[in-house]
Amino acid sequence: MSKLVSAQTGNEAMAYAMKQVNPDVVAAYPITPATEIVQIFAQYVADGDVKTEFVAVESEHSAMSACIGSAAAGARTMTGTSSQGLALMYEMCYIAAGLRLPIVMADVNRALSAPINIHCDHSDTMGMRDAGWIHLFSENAQEAYDNMIQAVRIAEHADVQLPTLVTTDGFIISHGMENVEHLADERVQKFIGEYQPQYSILNVGKPITVGALNLQDYYFEHRRALADAQAAALPVIKQIGEEFGKESGRAYGLVEGYQLDDAEYAVVALGSTCGTAKVVIDSLRAKGEKAGLLKIRSFRPFPKDEVVQALKKVKFAAVLDRSDTLGGYGGPVFTEVRSALYGEASKPPVAGFIYGLGGREIDMEMIEELFRLMKSGEVKPDSVQYLGVRE
Amino acid sequence: MKIHPAYEMLRPDKNFPNVWCPGCGHGIVQGAIIRAVQKLGLDRDEMAMVSGIGCSSRMPVYCDFNSLHTAHGRAIAFATGVKLHNPKLHVIVITGDGDALAIGGNHFIHAARRNVEMTVVLMNNMIYGMTGGQYSPTTPIGKRASTAPYGTAERDFDPCSLAKAAGAVFAARGTVYNAAELEKLITQALAKKGFALVEAVSPCPTLYGRLNREGNAVKMMQWQKENTVNVKAAEKLPPEKVRGKIVTGVFHDAETPGYTEIYDRVIAKARGA
Ligand SMILES: Cc1ncc(C[n+]2csc(CCOP(=O)(O)OP(=O)(O)O)c2C)c(N)n1
Ligand code: SF4
Ligand SMILES: [Mg+2]
Repeated sequence: MSKLVSAQTGNEAMAYAMKQVNPDVVAAYPITPATEIVQIFAQYVADGDVKTEFVAVESEHSAMSACIGSAAAGARTMTGTSSQGLALMYEMCYIAAGLRLPIVMADVNRALSAPINIHCDHSDTMGMRDAGWIHLFSENAQEAYDNMIQAVRIAEHADVQLPTLVTTDGFIISHGMENVEHLADERVQKFIGEYQPQYSILNVGKPITVGALNLQDYYFEHRRALADAQAAALPVIKQIGEEFGKESGRAYGLVEGYQLDDAEYAVVALGSTCGTAKVVIDSLRAKGEKAGLLKIRSFRPFPKDEVVQALKKVKFAAVLDRSDTLGGYGGPVFTEVRSALYGEASKPPVAGFIYGLGGREIDMEMIEELFRLMKSGEVKPDSVQYLGVRE
Repeated sequence: MKIHPAYEMLRPDKNFPNVWCPGCGHGIVQGAIIRAVQKLGLDRDEMAMVSGIGCSSRMPVYCDFNSLHTAHGRAIAFATGVKLHNPKLHVIVITGDGDALAIGGNHFIHAARRNVEMTVVLMNNMIYGMTGGQYSPTTPIGKRASTAPYGTAERDFDPCSLAKAAGAVFAARGTVYNAAELEKLITQALAKKGFALVEAVSPCPTLYGRLNREGNAVKMMQWQKENTVNVKAAEKLPPEKVRGKIVTGVFHDAETPGYTEIYDRVIAKARGA
């Protein structure tokens, strides 16, 4: 069968995946740099290419509220946003997870105000890392497309039933054009299957109440069930990633190791920076240096065991964070990785690097420098530093 | 060399990039505000200019006033805080139809209801300019937007009626074509002691104009010129002669004590004065 390839930006690829998913409801509000996703989708709706009910609401808070209503009614529901828009959704995002509604969101990572900034960092999604959503990071437009399709399956899986967000790096992926390979519409439909909600407020034969008050009696159990669902998502994400590989030739795991098997020094990162790191690693390998990368695809649930396994043999790992915890010790990825390694007998020293806030450039020289620093022993284990900022 | 009279109110030395497209109406609104402030001889240290996010909301970046450029939709809420902290300040809110009436609609009606003393200049271009032309709560039904390629199915708000109904003391509409009238309306609004709205109809040739095939900036100005009726004249015309036109002038002008004034009375009473 011939391959379906077209040149698309990350936003176009995500909108196209949404078109192929053909959800029942999309509710959204525009925000740079995610606007196009929904705008392109609005055109699909207007042209009758999808059967989706498109709700152009008056804010992101309303967008997520409408998504919650529609998902509770048993509809396959999607949305897209970024930065301040996501921040305005936070209240509703916690509710979506608590109600176990499998909403799928495209989130284009952008810095949070203040100061106002429209460029990439991961502060927006990290602001809801504890909201109960599944977070899948994408390295490029192809992965954004693939993740959007898998996200539907993951979110709706009977063992999971959790809202899922797929990120791209603002402007770097969202507006960068590349070749994106698609599955045919029928194959996407077959892959995601028909949505069979376990519960729906529209099922008059089996009336339910969604979101009722839980005090000291049951709240804790419900929150605990949410944690269990996150844990249950780990094998599901893996299994669906493998299945997707059979379908498309592009298999996915919770993490991806690049030149990691015999690596002595490694960087750990999320998103588009992994692409940059791969190029650096290729050139270092050509010079005989044993450099590698650990890319974390699923940040929530955090794949502790895979991370430990992947880093076991390296001599040093530099963990890159495109957001800060402000008052914590190191960025969110660093704190997770370090905590995962803590009790292990065989573990590398790690150091944290906070970089790229508000779209500040991370280039190949900077990543190469990290490898040099690790090798020369100039980075102190457990240290946290800022990379590329004027002091 | 003759210096432009508005110059003293701007920040020319800061080199902030101008984000407004050629032909955008927002700059004309800025000119009208500056002239109104100059005419009233307001002391800039006694003023604050507060905006949200949008092309329109960029204005405080260019004007040399105490300014707050906040979050999308929250300008009026921030301005309420500014006013309550220092009731002596003249607070001007710069906002757009999306900022004030969609995401910030709640703040708009409640500040009007409380009659918080502020002058709200709402630049109505009937679209979300900054994010690429999505329809807004003032896009007339049937008009095109990037989220409504075949025209919207939603009814639009009349910001002046909304403000009046919610409790504002002043509601007026002007156009950028008639900048002199706009300036006069803003001057009147600045003199009010309560929630005063001036809706400035401001063309967005780049998005609204293009999507609705209304021609370039000059054509859109021409349209404003030919399709504006003053409220006094409109009252005497049959409705079909007014339909589809921009009605300008003062729609509502009342004297009701402002929020900080009433608040002071409550404090005085509680203190037994
Ligand atoms: C919470 C949040 N949601 C969305 C946005 C994106 N956004 C910025 S400006 C804007 C619309 C602006 O429209 P309007 O207020 O009419 O101003 P105009 O650009 O037309 O002058 C939107 C949706 C944002 N900045 N913050
Ligand atoms: S997009 Fe429209 S509103 Fe924004 S600056 Fe350009 S003309 Fe003005
Ligand atoms: Mg507007």
